Amino acid sequence: MRTFFAAIALCLIGFAVSAAPSRPVADAVIISAGMPKKLSDFGFFKDAAGWQPNAGVELYQLNSALFTDYAEKYRYIYVPAGQQAVAENANGLLKFPVGSAIIKSFGYQIDGKDRLLETRVLLHRADGWLALPYVWNADQTEATLKVAGTRIPVRFTDPSGMVRDISYAVPNKNQCKECHSRDGAVVPIGPKVRNLSHDSLDMLLSNNMLQSLSGDHPPIPDYADAAMPLQSRARAYLDINCAHCHNRQGSASNSGLFLTYEEESPVHIGVGKRPVAAGRGSGGFAFAIAPGAPDQSILMHRLKSLEPGVAMPEVGRSLVHKEGAELLSQWIAEMGKD
Amino acid sequence: MIRTLLAATALCCTMPALAKTIAVEAGADAQERLQEALILAEPGDVVELGAGRFELTDGLSLDVDNVVVRGAGMDKSILSFAGQLGAGEGLLVTSDDVVLRDFAVEDSKGDGIKSKGADRIVYHAIRVEWTGGPKASNGAYGIYPVEASDVLVQDSVVRGASDAGIYVGQSKNIIVRRNTAIENVAGIEIENSFDAEVTENLVTGNTGGILVFDLPNLPQMGGHNVLVARNAIIDNNTDNFAPEGNIVASVPAGTGVMVMANRNVQVVENAMINNGTTNVMVVAYTQSFDDANYDPTPREVYIAGNVYGRAGFAPDFEGGKQLAAAFGGALPGIVYDGLGRDLIVNDAVPVLSLGLTKVGQSPTEAQPSLYKQDGAGETVALSPIVLPASMEAALK
Repeated sequence: MRTFFAAIALCLIGFAVSAAPSRPVADAVIISAGMPKKLSDFGFFKDAAGWQPNAGVELYQLNSALFTDYAEKYRYIYVPAGQQAVAENANGLLKFPVGSAIIKSFGYQIDGKDRLLETRVLLHRADGWLALPYVWNADQTEATLKVAGTRIPVRFTDPSGMVRDISYAVPNKNQCKECHSRDGAVVPIGPKVRNLSHDSLDMLLSNNMLQSLSGDHPPIPDYADAAMPLQSRARAYLDINCAHCHNRQGSASNSGLFLTYEEESPVHIGVGKRPVAAGRGSGGFAFAIAPGAPDQSILMHRLKSLEPGVAMPEVGRSLVHKEGAELLSQWIAEMGKD
Repeated sequence: MIRTLLAATALCCTMPALAKTIAVEAGADAQERLQEALILAEPGDVVELGAGRFELTDGLSLDVDNVVVRGAGMDKSILSFAGQLGAGEGLLVTSDDVVLRDFAVEDSKGDGIKSKGADRIVYHAIRVEWTGGPKASNGAYGIYPVEASDVLVQDSVVRGASDAGIYVGQSKNIIVRRNTAIENVAGIEIENSFDAEVTENLVTGNTGGILVFDLPNLPQMGGHNVLVARNAIIDNNTDNFAPEGNIVASVPAGTGVMVMANRNVQVVENAMINNGTTNVMVVAYTQSFDDANYDPTPREVYIAGNVYGRAGFAPDFEGGKQLAAAFGGALPGIVYDGLGRDLIVNDAVPVLSLGLTKVGQSPTEAQPSLYKQDGAGETVALSPIVLPASMEAALK
């Protein structure tokens, strides 16, 4: 009975806070049970349009980022006051205290204006992480929970100047988990020490949001940085775009194709690896990677396909990432030349 | 104000709810309504699909334990993925203790229904079909449980898969019984799995009927203890329509049962009729591999008590025709590559051994002869597969 009253009290705090103007982040909403209907219930942003992060919500950047149909992405970390995230090891993820949140808004520049389509939140509750997708309204004044996801028609101009018309897919709650899953539990995947930009690490440290780091933390390179070695760029690209599922604990574990940055076995990276459950995704080719022959590699075939059932990744991509495909193609082509 | 407060309280404070039935009807916005039901379901709930055609635009998924998804019948509640724009399968299940029953999945772009790491899953009276018949552009697997303990697939129908109709991979403790697999590349495939029973199925019109395989470079290897019993394996002569590169693309059309690189497999009391290459094939994995933990040969394969109809009249592998000619026009009902150890055949049919001496050797180098087994023709029966009582109870 006491628990019940405590829960009501918690709810009431959340309620009172959300009714007030210009309120801080609603800690109680982050940690209580349930799925708030509106993004504004959390108080992550000062403005209704979701551009100005509230106190304690910090914008951060990654060295290498996931391709999502050329969407612009804005990433924020929130750690409850007085607490800190901990870096477990150089490669690993940050361990966030309960009450933390990772917030990621997706948008495009449409008709010369920046517009947000969706904001995904990852909430760290006592019973684990919860991933929820919120979809912005046409007026850009509120984002509403859409557990089942949705599709939004979008026209935008890609970095090469080409006009694109796509059916942008907001993932459903379960699809969030497909990538954010380790051994069946939801976890954040982007903010690893090695993948946070130098500036972002500095910011988290100076704000006391992250406990001081010890030891070396060699960063993953930016795959778009042509000055870096081809091999490490390609592996960085695979790590951030594919390895969330393609690792030993991820949702593609049964494939035997493991694309994490630290994977050392050539066959598990795909070199000379035959497909297992690829079906028509194999494209008629024998190996995930045929060294020297990108055009005969299943990995390239799936990266360049737009057909569901063939296209990889399975979610979050309705366009071919031309620059990424060129990078991997070059990497595979070079493999044959030693 | 009081009302608002109460509403807020109700929203925030989820009390344990009684199991409930969530009805979802076909019609407009089926994608969102059904996906939302699958997400908001709580353990113990039943998601009940109405009769009719659900036109879906994306893959569906279920990630809540102990949920039943039940339709009005495999020909009545139809999830159609003909207009699917994304995802690698029609329905994906990633939670435990799920029962799927009495509905159909049609024309998904990738796999039909995949369950990954979903323990104690039941597929009952499910139909997964590519309605255009066998085509390379069809999805790979119809019913596809993988990386699970305790799997039951029964009374289901699968048709048109460009890989396997029913595919159980990297799992343990499996029963596949009383299903119909028709016009798939592989009717039923048990791959890299331990302790399986494949019984009382009708397997017809596929390229290969029932395959028991083990493949290298996978998290679970060393497939063993598989019973293939009391199945009707008839007329599996459809040209192989698997996309190249897939391992099943190398299965000869006209294969009844194929055992590859597995240990302790028993093929007993089946009716195997009119399979053009042969009724039973026992072979090693022939492709190159780099995996020190993998054994590519067949071991302890026991064949007994089967009924053999016509077979071997159209062998679909290199040198097959010449071999058949040497055997009077047709290959025997059992073909063995000669590798591995302890093949025991207690049926009164000739067994052709290709007499290969090393793994990966071409059949054109065969030294064919009739196989003569060493030692006694007896073996120990496999222990029956026992599934948790909750799974059998779910079918009541």
